[in-house]
Amino acid sequence: MTNSRKASRLDKLDAARRITLNSKVVQQENIEELLSRIITSGNKVCIEGDNQKQADFLSRALLGLDPDKINNLHILISTIGLPEQLDIFETGLASRLDLAYAGPQGFRLARMLKDKQLEVGNIHTYNELYARYFMDLRPDVCLLCGVEADRHGNIYMNGSVEDSSAIVEATAFQQGIVVVQVNHLVEKVRRVDIPADWVDFVVETPRHNFHLEPLFTRDPAQITESMILMGMMTMKGIYAKYLPRTLNHGVGFNTAAIELMLPTYGEELGLKGKALTNWVLNPHPTMIPAIEEGWVESIIPPGNELGMEKYVESKPDIFPVGADGSLHSSRLFAQLAGHYSADIFVGASLQIDALGNSSTVTGERITGFGGAPNFGCDAGGRRHTSDAWLKAGREFNSCGLPRGRKLVVQIVETFQQGLKETFVENLDAMRLAAEGTFPLPPVMIYGEDVSHIVTEEGIANLLMCRTADEREQAIRGVAGYTGVGMKRNKAKVAELHQRGIIQRPEDIGISKLRATRDMLSARNIKDLVRWSDGLYEPPSRFRNW
Amino acid sequence: MEHLEFEFNGGSHSNTVRPYTVQGVVSSGNLEVLIEHKDLNGKCRFSIDTAAEGFGKTWEAVISNFMEKRQPADLLVSINDYAASPDIVSLRLDQAYEAISGGVK
Repeated sequence: MTNSRKASRLDKLDAARRITLNSKVVQQENIEELLSRIITSGNKVCIEGDNQKQADFLSRALLGLDPDKINNLHILISTIGLPEQLDIFETGLASRLDLAYAGPQGFRLARMLKDKQLEVGNIHTYNELYARYFMDLRPDVCLLCGVEADRHGNIYMNGSVEDSSAIVEATAFQQGIVVVQVNHLVEKVRRVDIPADWVDFVVETPRHNFHLEPLFTRDPAQITESMILMGMMTMKGIYAKYLPRTLNHGVGFNTAAIELMLPTYGEELGLKGKALTNWVLNPHPTMIPAIEEGWVESIIPPGNELGMEKYVESKPDIFPVGADGSLHSSRLFAQLAGHYSADIFVGASLQIDALGNSSTVTGERITGFGGAPNFGCDAGGRRHTSDAWLKAGREFNSCGLPRGRKLVVQIVETFQQGLKETFVENLDAMRLAAEGTFPLPPVMIYGEDVSHIVTEEGIANLLMCRTADEREQAIRGVAGYTGVGMKRNKAKVAELHQRGIIQRPEDIGISKLRATRDMLSARNIKDLVRWSDGLYEPPSRFRNW
Repeated sequence: MEHLEFEFNGGSHSNTVRPYTVQGVVSSGNLEVLIEHKDLNGKCRFSIDTAAEGFGKTWEAVISNFMEKRQPADLLVSINDYAASPDIVSLRLDQAYEAISGGVK
């Protein structure tokens, strides 16, 4: 029995140190040479493409390696955010991919998969992928992304730690090699997010600014009256009923509308202080009015949000801020918090079938899962209780062993732009499985995990449905004028309405005349800047003044 | 453009609090609804100009549901539509009816 992982690491380090002259600091011009000495054919290489930050410099450097000498790499990456990360499969450098999400590169990934230019092992949820880094997908090399490094290899990452903590532990303690690109080499780092002992090489990037996507900025100017109506229904019909204190909002305009209505409609409903106090959430700019009005006790963010840095630093009681004063984030812990300790998840989807299964796979695009399946499911391992969780559990399990239940709410407009129907008889995801692209249909949230569906037409409470048929009719009963909605059994839907399983806005005393943009505490990005006292600095693409 | 006309036998609610109301604006994916109180022997008439052609069946379904739910009488409803989705049409009809009838609790 030889220690071959250890031996291979030592050999590679030996070869690499000849070009770095025994320093951890790699010169920019030597980066490709360094990578070619630490990466060998068939290696598992974990690239820090995270949901927001991207190791852009190292991704480009990897593309410069000679596929005649190095090939068949197995790439581990949570989010494919840059074209270079797929280019390496075209050059032949890499052949296999395990990932969680491919948002912006989703079309190209689907095409390459069809043309058999790469093999996809699996599409994961975030925590599932990190877990496998410690089991059967142990990285031989990881390419990370940070803000500052000192010459010893201590790394500072600001609010953008994201996946780094998980990846670095999986690599550094399993005989892998850790390379970090940083914006700046400094004498002393602002804070140590990754200790020097865990880091083998650092390189300063020429752009001094890694790629970061402002994924969670929603301009209030784009919020429509039907989003406001659905938000009011969710607040009065669900938040005011269960009073969940811990929650997660997905990204999207429907939940942004709710965030902006906390100081207005939420105040009127008397929810402040009684519900919605502890959040798993990226620093959404649309949360600023609610934070300023004292709604929020804490927010644990999976990552950073461009432009929110100063505002976040001014709120150390709410956001996880270090002794140095800047934000720290962790996708692993935020995902765990959302999975185990959020009483409610509220999100949206692109397609929902009559059984409540939802998917963001549409047409020829593979987006992957990201974190939604962990947030949007009842956590079978949860044992701690809360009033909201117990109340939902009682509604769901009227007989048998008492259990708790997470609330999983999908807010969707029945039609999207171009009169595309959100409710469908068959998810596009089913077709991908039937074509053999995936062994299972890539379903984002399974119908059995969904507790409520909210549309312009009403709220369907699926917890109260007692049979599969009731469930289906409850969903058809709020699916509006889509094909799925038109095929409802009218008598059954009327009965479900009678029993309170389907509620219309008027049933819960919501006047549609009040569903106007006057309900929003901020109506555009500039209003948010004003609410923040000028601390929120929106990226230029969101400024129109 | 397509012009559609529908006439329905009215229900029991003919009380209005104002002679007419307008809700919404004509813009992409939106519409304006004008509802006027008018003596139509208890009937309700709908006159629609829409930018999206070939959706007569959907209009009929949306309006039938509106009539069934609200049971109004003696209303003339004029709609200028720029390809609004059926749920927006339904929202505007409900808003306009709330405004002219004095509101649903």
